[in-house]
Parts: sequence; structure tokens; C-alpha cells
Amino acid sequence: MIAALPAKDIVSKLNAKFPGAVEEAGADAVLVKADSLLAVAEYLKTTDNLKFDYLNYVTSIDYYSYFEVIYMLTSLTHNRSVVLKVRCYTRDNPTVPSLAGLYEGANFQEREVYDLMGITFEGHPNMKRIFLWEGFDGYPLRKDWNR
Amino acid sequence: MEVNKDYFYDSLKLDRQEGKLIEKTKAASRKTIPDPDAWLDEDIKRNIVVTSLDWVVNWARRSSMWPAVCYPACCGMEFMAYLAPRFDGSRFGMEIMRASPRQADLIITAGTLTWKMAPAVKRIYDQMAEPKWVIAMGACGISGGIFRSGYNVVPGYNKIIPVDVYVPGCPPRPEALIYGIQQLQKKIAKAKAIPNLSELPNPLKRGKE
Repeated sequence: MIAALPAKDIVSKLNAKFPGAVEEAGADAVLVKADSLLAVAEYLKTTDNLKFDYLNYVTSIDYYSYFEVIYMLTSLTHNRSVVLKVRCYTRDNPTVPSLAGLYEGANFQEREVYDLMGITFEGHPNMKRIFLWEGFDGYPLRKDWNR
Repeated sequence: MEVNKDYFYDSLKLDRQEGKLIEKTKAASRKTIPDPDAWLDEDIKRNIVVTSLDWVVNWARRSSMWPAVCYPACCGMEFMAYLAPRFDGSRFGMEIMRASPRQADLIITAGTLTWKMAPAVKRIYDQMAEPKWVIAMGACGISGGIFRSGYNVVPGYNKIIPVDVYVPGCPPRPEALIYGIQQLQKKIAKAKAIPNLSELPNPLKRGKE
């Protein structure tokens, strides 16, 4: 079984490495600023005693006032996992840096989030719709979407 | 050497073309497809007279229905059970599945159809040779089922192709499908397979009409 790493342990490391990057640290999730997401993820992936080298999923939630993109990372070597969160506060054209260059598995899942929630991932190699067709009006999983 | 760039496809261009095709299918679905059973009512009113040649042709047609491969979702599992030895679909002359629609004369639409898939199903139907029949299998095939209000689900196959027999259930048991197929066979038995000579275009009378 994979044990969730308490966010506290990671936060102290992240705060030392990237001061000001961590906005909020809950019991099991770390909320980071969007502009430092890529650096934080790279640090979590490559640092020796962390080695979060496996991306479980990318998903997103619409909270009306902001969108939250959620990443779950797992360290296969240390058998632990952690949840990263990023928020974007604009409703028209929200943007988050892409992790597709870091984790290959993020490629399709970020496209899915773009397709259904309308969040653009900056630096993604192929940012276009994946399930719905070209010309579909709007993003159906947004709370304010109506056909 | 000059390279003809027309043969290189831009993926975004292809996507846009696909999107246009889907929107076209969607727009066309607003028009109701005429009921393929309308002739059945008329013939019953007039009392059915089927000649012996009709009877032979209809017997051949209804006893060797070859279904096309078109199973978008979970009703396909029940269809597999129907074809497998326990329910044994070959008793009804349809053990041969046809991957090519040109050799098939029946679509059993087992499952939810999304709008993205709809042009493909329409294309399979259009490629089949006459005479052809459609069985809408399961709640999704009939009306969209529990996904009916979804943004990407076709609310029933009869929005895009004419349906002959509806088999309800979610999914229907193989027995239900067998009953539906028998109903279709009964319907085919009533069809007038050979047209009257007077109704055929006469090549000798060319120019007069």
C-alpha cells in the first residue's frame, strides 16, 4: 500500500528551496503558485530522497470563483504519494504550466482537462480537444456551462 | 523534386473537417426519418397477398441475415452471449458477422452512440446494400437511455438511421434480442420482394412517358 506523505514534511523542504511558492499546505495536499509549479514538480521528481517519478492523475475542479488543477504524484522508490494543487482565478482563458515535458503521462490528461474544463496548459506539445469534436461550443464540465 | 503537399494532412485540418461532419449529422438529425414500418400498416389494411416467389425470396432473406460489426458499448456483451453456444444465434441463420458493411444486411446497434461516432455509424449504414434492416438494441439505442440528457450522446439511433425493431432493456437479455430478431423475421416475411411488372420501368416504352 502506498502511504500518503504528510504535506508538512514536504512543505518544509519546499519552503527552504522555493520561498513563497507554497500558498497553503493542508493535511494531505500542497497548494503551490502557478508560476512555480514546474520548478516544484521538477524538484519533487528529481531530488534524491523524494523521487516522485510517477504521475497518477491530473484533474480539475470548478469552484466558481477559481479553477483548481490537481496532480497526484507517487514515488515508486519510496512508496509514498503527495497531492499538488494549483489555482487560476480567471474564468476566460485560465492558464497553467504544462507538466507534459516532465511526465509523459500528463499529455492526454491535460488535453482532457482542456477539452472539458477549458484550462489551457502552457508549453503542452499538442494542446487541442481530445474527446469532443473541433467546433464544440464551450467546455461542458464548467459549472456555468449550459447547452 | 516537387512534392505534392496535398497528400500531407494537417491534423488540425482533419479535426476541423471531422467537426464539420459531426455538426452536419447533428443538424440533419432534427428532421424526422420516415417510419420504415409505414408500408406494414397499409398492407395489413389491404390484406397481404404475397406470391409464392415473394415467399421464397423472403424466406432466403430472413433466414440468412448477416449483421454488420457496429457495437459501440456494453450491449455488445449481451450480443456476444447471444452469438455464443448457449443462446446460439446461428439457429436463426446469422452466425456470420460481417466486418464489411457491403456484405451485411442488418445492423444491431448495441450501445450508446456519441455524436463523435455518429458519422461512422451513418457511413456503415449507407454502405450496406439494399435490402437492409436495423435493430435498436437497449435503452441507449432506442432513446439515449440514462445518457439522453448528455451533451455528447445521440438520443436514439432513429435520429440518424431508420430503425425497424426496438429491443428494450438495459441491457436486454439474449432472449429479448432473439425475440426482437424473430419479430424482424416476421416483418420480412410480409415484405413484397418482387415488384409487379407493371411497376417496373419499361425499356420498350422509352420516350413516350
